[in-house]
Amino acid sequence: MISLEKRPQPSRLWTAITPIFAVVLTMVVGGLMFALLGVDPIEAVRTIFWDPLFHPQFAGFSRPQLLVKAGPLILIAIGLSIGFRAGIWNIGAEGQYIMGAICGAAAGLAFYPSESILIFPLMILCGALGGFLWAMIPAVLKTRFGTNEILVSLMLVYVAQNILISVSTGLLRNPEGMGFPGSRNFKQWDATHNAEIIAGTGMHWGVVTAFIAVIAAYVLMARHIQGFNIRLSGEAPRAARFAGVNPARIILLCLGISGVLAGMAGLFEVTGPAGQITGNFNAGYGFTAIIVAFLGRLNPFGILLAGLLMALTYIGGELAQLMLSLPGASIQLFQGMLLFFLLATDVFTNYRIRFGKREAA
Amino acid sequence: MSDILLGIQGLTKAYPGVVANDDVSFDIQKGEIHALLGENGAGKSTLVKMIYGLVAPDKGAMTLDGQSFSPSKPSEARQNGVAMVFQHFSLFDALNVAENVALGMENPPPMRDLARRIREVSELYGLPLDPSRTVGTLSAGERQRVEIIRCLLQNPRLLIMDEPTSVLTPQEVEILFETLMQLKSEGTSILYISHKLEEIRAICDHATILRLGKKVGESTPSEASAKELAELMVGNSFAAPVARDVEKGAVLLEAKSLSLPAPGAFGTPLREVSFAVRAGEVLGIGGVAGNGQDELLAALSGERTSDGGTVLLKGNDISSDGPVARRDMGLLSAPEERLGHAAAPDMSLTENGVLTASRRESLVKNGLIDWRKAQGFTEAVIERFDVRTPGPDTAARALSGGNLQKYVVGREIHQNPEVLIVNQPTWGVDAAAAAAIRQALLDLAAKGAAIVVISQDLDELMEISDRFAALNEGRLSPAHPVADLNMEKIGLMMGGAHDMEVAHVHG
Repeated sequence: MISLEKRPQPSRLWTAITPIFAVVLTMVVGGLMFALLGVDPIEAVRTIFWDPLFHPQFAGFSRPQLLVKAGPLILIAIGLSIGFRAGIWNIGAEGQYIMGAICGAAAGLAFYPSESILIFPLMILCGALGGFLWAMIPAVLKTRFGTNEILVSLMLVYVAQNILISVSTGLLRNPEGMGFPGSRNFKQWDATHNAEIIAGTGMHWGVVTAFIAVIAAYVLMARHIQGFNIRLSGEAPRAARFAGVNPARIILLCLGISGVLAGMAGLFEVTGPAGQITGNFNAGYGFTAIIVAFLGRLNPFGILLAGLLMALTYIGGELAQLMLSLPGASIQLFQGMLLFFLLATDVFTNYRIRFGKREAA
Repeated sequence: MSDILLGIQGLTKAYPGVVANDDVSFDIQKGEIHALLGENGAGKSTLVKMIYGLVAPDKGAMTLDGQSFSPSKPSEARQNGVAMVFQHFSLFDALNVAENVALGMENPPPMRDLARRIREVSELYGLPLDPSRTVGTLSAGERQRVEIIRCLLQNPRLLIMDEPTSVLTPQEVEILFETLMQLKSEGTSILYISHKLEEIRAICDHATILRLGKKVGESTPSEASAKELAELMVGNSFAAPVARDVEKGAVLLEAKSLSLPAPGAFGTPLREVSFAVRAGEVLGIGGVAGNGQDELLAALSGERTSDGGTVLLKGNDISSDGPVARRDMGLLSAPEERLGHAAAPDMSLTENGVLTASRRESLVKNGLIDWRKAQGFTEAVIERFDVRTPGPDTAARALSGGNLQKYVVGREIHQNPEVLIVNQPTWGVDAAAAAAIRQALLDLAAKGAAIVVISQDLDELMEISDRFAALNEGRLSPAHPVADLNMEKIGLMMGGAHDMEVAHVHG
């Protein structure tokens, strides 16, 4: 008989190595899947993990993409991880991301064609505000009426998507766009373009903000009393109330932070890599960021690494679709495996396997 | 004496550090309701677990209907006609009644037959229950009926009920009692575990009283008063309370007609609780578990706020202040539940130190936690209260119950509170450490703090309190100096309102 035995306290070693373990398992099982699809598994794994960075022909294009894709993932995942530590499950970052993009873009477009340097900061502010307000809907409903934030935030993603389609064909449509859906292109408007700060690196303001968020989140969670209260609320809600933590305030704070960060990520995306508001500018970063947050063990620096890894599988996955003509669904499956194996191996941080029959209690 | 159904001879069961049952012998007659009485920790549960085959006795023997009976597992006990209704139900919310009943049976009949039999049994015994209803929609009383019917379907000879009324409304209790009386008239024996004396007097034919694992008496409840039963239950072995000469100062903490609704379905409301504690004084609050102890602590610690003017600290109204504000003003507390309430299980001892000491010990500057200082505070508590742990980085859940208790009580005492409220301060702590905690409480009082000790250990309360009051169904009796108390008076105070009238007559 194999049985699981609870460890007296969580294993530090396993906390650190489960992500690596999960990545290796994903490679093995994913490779198996690729083999079944008739592709050389080693080549497929190499195309996903190695070629984007080191392929002589493609690396020049794909290497900057790493930061471009990792930036929003990290920024959103940092916000989500803070809530997850408190046991507040914001699944709707995608919606907050979209609403941030819409609000920020709308604030900028209102001043078209001004070239004032104040426009971009104003857009960032409005992007953050848009995400914040969208996140406040599940937060207030939860504190007032005890609704489930998982359901409410997720439903609001679909609302946000419909608003996005509406504004890109209506309110925010480019008046000079010959009737095509989509807003003005921010890449062609210098005052609002979130361009690369150092050419050829993919480093834009969103990536810088993501790095700042990583450090700020680390300080908050490891050193600040509010971070302590957030962790306490997640681990022992009754002890948190005994300590004097107001649960409603923690809900508002956590959803607020994740809304602000997701909203900013949306704004940076729409003014940078995406370039304009369209019905499908959002690349699902808000959902993938959930995987990133868990892959990074809800630890800010872990999320930094996990975001980069996830971005790599995105770029490598596209490359694999192109080069090895793998179906897109298999790449998504591959990414899904990563989360699956992470959660599965996670058991070992708190439990150990014991072989043989357990003693009668 | 040929009518003995279950004979118990010299059952003994020891766990490391504690003898749960020490040479317990008694008999249960056919067709009687036999009460097993005792305080928390008296060994009732262990005894029942041995009868039901969950725990194997170290020594002693049992006979069932004259034949040797030593079940090694519950299914064996069930085959022999012993059934048990647990205090905590094991039902699946998402399944319906019949499915839940089937899950607990060795060889469940087809679902349609089972539903019919459930309906028959429920009508026969006056326990209305629809077999197709989802358990998640049932009340606590109805859930208990599911468990009872599950037992009755097996035609038990002995039905064990562990504190069956603790989750029931008075109306549901009435229905349950009628069912039990009917079972009795059909010849089924019932072993009824409770510490509610009035109930036992109402329905039980015979009572066996346990105290600290030993059988201390037998009684015919209908002929004994609740007071006599209480005396048997808590024993007469009090250390003679010593009247201590304490310089009593000003009133530090005062509750005035403090009332609060019950926090949940099974909580107890506080009803007009009033008391005052002076500097240098220890007020002991006794009572049987579940009579408002947790609720009183929550109302005093600030976890739950109450109407204006009901809680006063040094004359200031703190009724609407939360725990943080109350700590700042010098009122600290230590709840009973160590893991999850007084301490976060997965956090380190240092982090658990920050939990209540962050402000009083200035462990936080500009919002940032000074972890080194927090560790210093934790190490000081560990040292002073002899907490056995590898170090301050150890997770709280890795400590034994007694050691964690020393830590959570020590954490508050070490902060030099002006008012300290503790619930079950020495629960699960070994004798030497318990004495150390009590001494620390007395030292704190000697330094001029006002202390409220809520406890179910009467010996402890008599030892350290200046005055004693008892909680009964959320009401607090008037406090009396310990020196004036004897067993009889304590029994009356714990017996509650019903008995209090007698007390007034005597007074």
